[in-house]
Amino acid sequence: VNRVNRDSGLAELPLGTEVVPPEGAGQQNFSLAPKISGNGSLDGQLLEIAMGPQHPSTHGVFRMDVVLDGERVVKLKPVFGYLHRNHEKIAEGTTYLASMPFTDRLDYFCSLTNNWAYALAVEKLAGLQVPERAEYIRVITAELTRLQNHTCLAGFLLQDMGASGTPLMYAFREREKILDLFEALTGARMMCNYMRFGGCRCDLPEGWLEQAHSVVAGFPRFLDEFEALLSENEILMARTQGVGVLPRALAVNASITGPMLRAAGVNYDIRKVDKYGIYERFSFRVPLGEHGDVYDRYMVRVLEMRESLKILEPALRDIPTGPIIDPKAKLRGFRPKIGEAYGRIEAPKGELGFYLISDGSTNPYRYRVRPPSLINLTILEDLCLGTHVADVVVILGSVDIVLGEVDR
Amino acid sequence: VETLDQIKSRIEAAVPGARLERVANGSPSAQDSVTVDPEQAVAVAKFLRDDPALRLDYVSNVTGVDWLDTVIKETTRTKQIIDGVERDIAQTTETKKPGYLEVVYHLFSMELKHGPVVLRLRTGNRTDQARVPSLTPVWRGAEFQEREVFDLYGIVFDGHPDLRRILMWDEFKDFPMRKDYAEPDDYEYEPTPHDDVLDKAKAHYPTEAKP
Repeated sequence: VNRVNRDSGLAELPLGTEVVPPEGAGQQNFSLAPKISGNGSLDGQLLEIAMGPQHPSTHGVFRMDVVLDGERVVKLKPVFGYLHRNHEKIAEGTTYLASMPFTDRLDYFCSLTNNWAYALAVEKLAGLQVPERAEYIRVITAELTRLQNHTCLAGFLLQDMGASGTPLMYAFREREKILDLFEALTGARMMCNYMRFGGCRCDLPEGWLEQAHSVVAGFPRFLDEFEALLSENEILMARTQGVGVLPRALAVNASITGPMLRAAGVNYDIRKVDKYGIYERFSFRVPLGEHGDVYDRYMVRVLEMRESLKILEPALRDIPTGPIIDPKAKLRGFRPKIGEAYGRIEAPKGELGFYLISDGSTNPYRYRVRPPSLINLTILEDLCLGTHVADVVVILGSVDIVLGEVDR
Repeated sequence: VETLDQIKSRIEAAVPGARLERVANGSPSAQDSVTVDPEQAVAVAKFLRDDPALRLDYVSNVTGVDWLDTVIKETTRTKQIIDGVERDIAQTTETKKPGYLEVVYHLFSMELKHGPVVLRLRTGNRTDQARVPSLTPVWRGAEFQEREVFDLYGIVFDGHPDLRRILMWDEFKDFPMRKDYAEPDDYEYEPTPHDDVLDKAKAHYPTEAKP
């Protein structure tokens, strides 16, 4: 079915939906385990297989224990922890600032948004103000991060579907241009370690804005080309439409965030809700899906990239001159007052939050990362039940996980 | 949007017997929280989710916090006349405040777009009473996060549908995020150990060559 409607659901509507919890929720014996039938294969036997931990579709070390009835999935349990290094414990043993480069390693595709989320939480905790120019730089780098995350996700998703090479290479070609910008600005392509509490580490180098502007100006052409190849591609539609449908009520109840939530039709974008940073000043729309399937998740991400460009153009044009860090912010001997704060941003993968408790010392007493990738996997089993085993790969690809963040 | 005190009094009216306590937050974030007693936690959670003015349908963040036993020393000075001479007598009283584990829930509303409302559940102590009721039946988003708190802090969630370790392996015994967690002395040492690693390594490999 060709249902590419660019304006469907694209509105800043209030969320007027009735949210119903899953059936049976609230009862003591509430269980999410499926009932096994065992009558779909030839001899009625079930086959238990482990997809992973070394499986190309898992993008890291992640395992799904799947029970198959013929080719149908009757049970699926994700197994985590292969990359667990107890990030939170390490961060509690070191100073606030020393955790900043470590946040890069959470979601290594989006180090700049990780930096921002952590800086935002600490700024809330210590009551720091961010200068205007730094806010603009943060928005620009965060939206560039969103562009490169979403292009690569689309590339990986297509790779998982069997479109070997081409879409991923196209995506990586564009990502490379954005990574060049990051390298010019921060000195590193992926592990940027760029934000500081109350601002940013260094100012934009000469000519950076012009270079960024040319990347942004060239991006719509790439998106058009990418979409001409893919969005109305027959195979893509056949593999993704109606697959892995996430009902709206379940999405809300299971704390799904990010493009996955909006593909299910829930209008919740933290850039709009919290208006953190200076997002209030930009006019952009929140793309919503109608069906909540894999195709909508792909499409919502493509449309989100187009909206990100609408933020980037005025941001690159209007960026003021001035200081890039709050002069009151201390780099050494930084001791916030006793208290706690929860700061969150709309990272490309969903809501990335940091919860910090200060006991007045140089180290956080409690440091918690709210990882969107892990929590978005809560409903993986619900999406996969009853589908073919080949669709599991596609559904997992559409969730958009990074194991550095899932396992922490 | 209601203030935390208004929400608190409305919960007390709706859930009879719920003992709530406001916890002040000294940081500029001004995110105060409310402790709920574990017996009424599920009823309070259902009220918060279903109340039309609150609709806290989205549990964003669930996490544990470990508060160790603390000893509060108080010194009182009194003047007493001993053998006809006035002397200052200092008396120190030590009050032991038992530690506890805490589960913190950050609630938001996706429908009404407000939040956060911060709930805290406290366990009786850090050893045999480390139990709280699970809120996964109310908000499924807490499922993996409560598993993580169980895994790393050892808090048992009664009524959780699938309470297993999530990040550590199943055979692992201790709870690594607790403040008094001691690293097991069972890892392989580097070829040229130094500092505290050397001290640990000495117990395993005699460093002095024997004749």
